[in-house]
Amino acid sequence: MTLISEVRPDASRDRPPPRTVPAGAGRRDAVLRWVLYLVLVAGALVTVSPLLWNLLSSFKPSGDILRSGSWWPATFTWENFSQLLSNPKFPRYFVNSVVVSATIVAGNIVLSSAVGYALSKLRFPGRRLVFAAVLVTFMVPTLVLFVPLFVTVAALNMTNTYAGLILPFLITPLGVFVMRQFISQLPDELLEAARIDGAGEGRIFFRVVFPLCGPAIATVGILSFVSSWNNLLWPLVIAQTEDMYTLPVGLTTLSQTEGVVDYGPLLAGSLVTILPIVVIFVFFQRYFIAGIASTGIK
Amino acid sequence: MTSVATRAKRRPAAGPPSASRRSQAVAGWLFSLPFVLVFLVFYAWPIIWSLLMSLTDMTSRDLRAPFDVNFVGLENFATVLTDPDFFRALLNTAIVVVVAVPAILVIALLLAVAVNNGIRRGKAFFRTVYYIPVVTSIVAIAVVWKFLFADEGTVNAALGLFGADGPAWLADPFWALPTIILLVIWRCFGLVMVIFLAGLQGIPEGIYEAARVDGAGAWRRLVSITVPMLLPTVLLSAVLMTVAVVQVFEEPFVITQGGPLNSTTTMAIYIYDQFGFGKYSTASAASYILFAIIALLSLIQFRLLRSKT
Repeated sequence: MTLISEVRPDASRDRPPPRTVPAGAGRRDAVLRWVLYLVLVAGALVTVSPLLWNLLSSFKPSGDILRSGSWWPATFTWENFSQLLSNPKFPRYFVNSVVVSATIVAGNIVLSSAVGYALSKLRFPGRRLVFAAVLVTFMVPTLVLFVPLFVTVAALNMTNTYAGLILPFLITPLGVFVMRQFISQLPDELLEAARIDGAGEGRIFFRVVFPLCGPAIATVGILSFVSSWNNLLWPLVIAQTEDMYTLPVGLTTLSQTEGVVDYGPLLAGSLVTILPIVVIFVFFQRYFIAGIASTGIK
Repeated sequence: MTSVATRAKRRPAAGPPSASRRSQAVAGWLFSLPFVLVFLVFYAWPIIWSLLMSLTDMTSRDLRAPFDVNFVGLENFATVLTDPDFFRALLNTAIVVVVAVPAILVIALLLAVAVNNGIRRGKAFFRTVYYIPVVTSIVAIAVVWKFLFADEGTVNAALGLFGADGPAWLADPFWALPTIILLVIWRCFGLVMVIFLAGLQGIPEGIYEAARVDGAGAWRRLVSITVPMLLPTVLLSAVLMTVAVVQVFEEPFVITQGGPLNSTTTMAIYIYDQFGFGKYSTASAASYILFAIIALLSLIQFRLLRSKT
């Protein structure tokens, strides 16, 4: 659980081991290494091939997608994307997804670090009770919550609103947990010094603790972004009119009304859904994977 | 997860004690308030209500007056447990778990060992590429999956090169579930691989060096050092994956909607369908049965975990 040290995973790992090996074994290892590279590259190609196919096919003319045996487009076209943009619904889905995900990410970063600070550095009556609540919510499967959560949100008149889409996920136990682990490793002396200087707890949190949380903020931010951007079940039941759909819900309804579907824009739409998250992941994968590895939870 | 239970170290209160303590108490509660509110409204209350709901006859018609319902005891549980559709869902879910979880663990283990111990360059690259399926939207990838496994899709075209005549994967009651399982494996192995990679970092390089000097080959080192040292991580991942896969919903929901002929209906789909029919109380009962199964599986696996380590 040492998040701080795992955030920089590559520093020492890629160093080649010292060569104190018998010569024959070394050569055998070298051959093995080349075989491994081949296998790993082949595996990587198979792994990304569905995405590659999506990428290439969204540049094909709509008619070619079903017919063509070749993965490479015979003729490149932006037609699918311009059709997607001219469809009045799709930009709306995109904006909804951005609004919902951005709010959930911001909420999780600020609110989780505040609770994380309270749970790890402040002593107040009920602290253990709050932490117990974090652990309990961790263990309950989302499916068990789903029906009563819907009825609760309906009772609060929040179906088909941004509030209904956002509030249940504005702060999640995983975020609190990651933040608590990280902040508890910050030295107490730092906080004591600020306290002696007369800083209040709010000031200490915003001026001292929060700015030091960079790696944990990145982890919580990306984890909450991935889960909110890809979430299907909840927006599916909460968004009841098309103007409240998020991208996944929009795509589902598009692809389930087969027959009338135009496959070109559909593939372009799925590319637009996948691409932002893959790009963000590739840029921040170091933090992201450190967060996954240290919590072991999706 | 060992440090979960350990409390933050008690430290002597510095500075003016009473003022500091009071401001800490106020700040502690203020900072915790958002979580406490979300917890009470969106977690604690629904968890309890779900159990109560499962003992009533609540349907979507009672949405306006959710407490105006009748107590029916364990009737919903009886209804669910005698529903052949539920047993089909239970069976399908069991098949997915039994096939996908070991496959995910084996693929992830082999890849993690290959990336960590077998190669010197490009570790970060392979780690990133193999992880990409984990972050992709299932709905978007479902569109691709339907194409690839269509009757005249890429997979069957590839099989055709070898003279094989592939089935209409997703439309075939026998092949639909295996096709979904393949997608589940594709989406999950990268996550487990990363957890394994973190675990492999904990094995000291010196052990491998000593084994090499003693003339142990790659296979020997894998079987005698890596696997036993990684066993706790493997078992923990088995628990995590089982809990995740028992709840599998999006893959079959988006691609086959549970069909053809219920062949891909999982327990999560069953619950969603009950909810969709407006039967909130049977959906709640089924949720709690699923919850019980997950708890039982976790308990068994944690017992195993403790006995093996």
